[in-house]
Amino acid sequence: MLKQIEGSQAVAETIGLCRPEVICAYPITPQTHIVEGLGVLVRKGLIENCEYINVESEFAALSVAIGASAAGARSYTATASQGLLFMAEAVYNASGLGLPIVMTIGNRAIGAPINIWNDHSDSMSMRDSGWIQLYAETNQEAMDLHIQAFRIAEEVGCPVMVCMDGFILTHAYERVDLPRQEQVDAFLPPYEPMQVLDPDDPVSIGAMVGPEAFAEVRYLAHYKQMRALERIPEISADFKERFGRDSGGLVHPYFTEGADTIVVALGSVNGTIKDVVDEMRLDGKSIGSLSICSFRPFPLKALREILHSAKQIIVIEKNLSVGIGGILSANIRMALRGLIQPVTTAIAGLGGRPITKKSLHELFDKAMRGEIEDLHFLDLDWEIIRREIDRDKKARRSGPTAENILKDIGQRLNKPE
Amino acid sequence: MGNKQQETEQRVKFYQKGTFTVGNRLLNIKERSVQGSMDRKNSLTCGHRACQGCGEALGARYAIDAAMRATRNQVIAVNATGCLEVFTTPYPETSWQIPWIHSLFGNAAAVATGVAAAMRVKGRPEVKTIAQGGDGGTTDIGFGCLSGMFERNDDVLYICYDNEGYMNTGVQRSSATPPTARTATTPVVGKEPGNVFGTGKNLPLLAMAHKIPYVATANVAALHDLEQKVTRAMSIKGARYIHIFVPCPLGWGSKPEETIHVARLAIKCGLFPLFEAEHGKVTGTVPIRQKVPVEEYLKTQKRFSHLFKKGQEEWEKIAAIQAMADANIAQFKLLVSEEKS
Repeated sequence: MLKQIEGSQAVAETIGLCRPEVICAYPITPQTHIVEGLGVLVRKGLIENCEYINVESEFAALSVAIGASAAGARSYTATASQGLLFMAEAVYNASGLGLPIVMTIGNRAIGAPINIWNDHSDSMSMRDSGWIQLYAETNQEAMDLHIQAFRIAEEVGCPVMVCMDGFILTHAYERVDLPRQEQVDAFLPPYEPMQVLDPDDPVSIGAMVGPEAFAEVRYLAHYKQMRALERIPEISADFKERFGRDSGGLVHPYFTEGADTIVVALGSVNGTIKDVVDEMRLDGKSIGSLSICSFRPFPLKALREILHSAKQIIVIEKNLSVGIGGILSANIRMALRGLIQPVTTAIAGLGGRPITKKSLHELFDKAMRGEIEDLHFLDLDWEIIRREIDRDKKARRSGPTAENILKDIGQRLNKPE
Repeated sequence: MGNKQQETEQRVKFYQKGTFTVGNRLLNIKERSVQGSMDRKNSLTCGHRACQGCGEALGARYAIDAAMRATRNQVIAVNATGCLEVFTTPYPETSWQIPWIHSLFGNAAAVATGVAAAMRVKGRPEVKTIAQGGDGGTTDIGFGCLSGMFERNDDVLYICYDNEGYMNTGVQRSSATPPTARTATTPVVGKEPGNVFGTGKNLPLLAMAHKIPYVATANVAALHDLEQKVTRAMSIKGARYIHIFVPCPLGWGSKPEETIHVARLAIKCGLFPLFEAEHGKVTGTVPIRQKVPVEEYLKTQKRFSHLFKKGQEEWEKIAAIQAMADANIAQFKLLVSEEKS
């Protein structure tokens, strides 16, 4: 059914169609509308046989989901940013125990300085936690990925994060196609746990493992993700057959064949990138783009197949690994190991800074002329940075960086011409 | 079992001289100890790696077996990280004969909430959820999740085995460590040796402040009382809390063979009052029959030995601890029977 609704509401209604049995709710911007939407659906009785639990923290949200999942219930929660960090210990625990929880991340920056707007610092911080991570390009894909996520998680026995850009997707009103309950039921069978807490068949879950077998248990977690690498495209193909839409899978190439330059990115910024690619192709430039949907497991082979023939790769990153650069770029270089084409990192969109077509256009042009350094920061205001570095040099007690910068901007704005 | 004659009520008429213990076989069958029965589940079975004289191992076995009997073996247990988790599940063995999960140090109450929720949606209301942890996992790192579980009145019994410190990591101070006690992080040096006065949390009272349906304290020196409290807790729906006093010979420097003796002295001196409360109101206490001065209790443990150094006895501090015990006795009216007699 076609509907013009907010991204969070669309995801909430889709989660409802997946028949979750336990939902743990804790508010954090920009994810909050999803759990609010689910709360309404449960209260109205539109999600049958579902426990909706208002918890006291994100740490508790995922912990409740861990208990529910281990006791055989299909469990869901959502978070973002500081919330994901606050539950970090439970994030690793859920995957270590092999519990197929699905969690939405409304991608948002991490403080300090506190910032509620979009980038990928939060989910990137959990990239090695053992969770599968899928990044949505559009609201439609965010919805579809959740349906696929439950199936992937439960088949493989591994939790899945569906990452959707905060505000850009979560708060955007768009037309989406909401599936019918029968369609989802046919695609997603009831949850049949691989391990369960049951008085009729007692097991110990979460026992201590020492050096004798810890490496083996960790390897098996890796093995699960390698299995997911095979199943993600198959499940996406099955989804297309039943729902008639391309959603999910490992990667989405866009005019990559024969392209000299390929731009790689995660999430919603791919929409803007595609627009720029269209314009540049009209100008006769040999450029294409590649959206990565499955960041964990990382599709090394699929990426190499697409990227190996390009002369240049530009990676647009909504994160910064302080002290080295881009996280996605490092992974892309792993996919291209032994090959010689340059991989340029462009850190962009941090803390919600808009990534405009104009800036991307200039960036791609410059990069194609070989005029860009390996690590580039898109649209940085160097004047602000220089003035703060100067202040730091002048006085030992130079004060808090963020406040200094805001004061500086304010003074510059108010200065009479 | 099944012997008709055994099941008939007998009038209890014989107490052994000098004790207040009545033989289990003389009790009405319903009042008999769970551990005294051949049918006990041995939920926490032998072969685990607890230290000699471990109060926690004893408390957990009695508590979980009593819960198993009360629910006809329909119990799922959630364990916080800590001694109990470590000594019961050294790879590749487990001592647990019941469905059991360990997730993290600070989330046992929340995981239990999830298990209980799953049992509701799965249509298995007969299956009951117990969360358990040490005092560190309960009063410190797990307190947020515990308070949340209480506040939502989730259908979970939380049991805290209180040995007054972080014993698994090598005896550090927790918010349940008593004043003057020596731990690795409250060493016996400086102006105020051991743990300082005026700190710490009283978890049973905090639990009562949540107005949850049932709160009780129990002690491994009063195992029958402990079993009865667990049984009572299992008959109630909603959030419940039992705080069990469990000596730790390793951390306290007490003799392993004196665990019950030490635990009993904690009751008799008034430092560990035994009581029950429903919806925030005290409904019952176990009176002290023969009050003893706190010195008797303190002297059994090396963690307090600096108070009794010959010629340098810390009488003021001992008096301050005595005042804490007397305050408990007054608050819970623990000397009623003495006044009567």
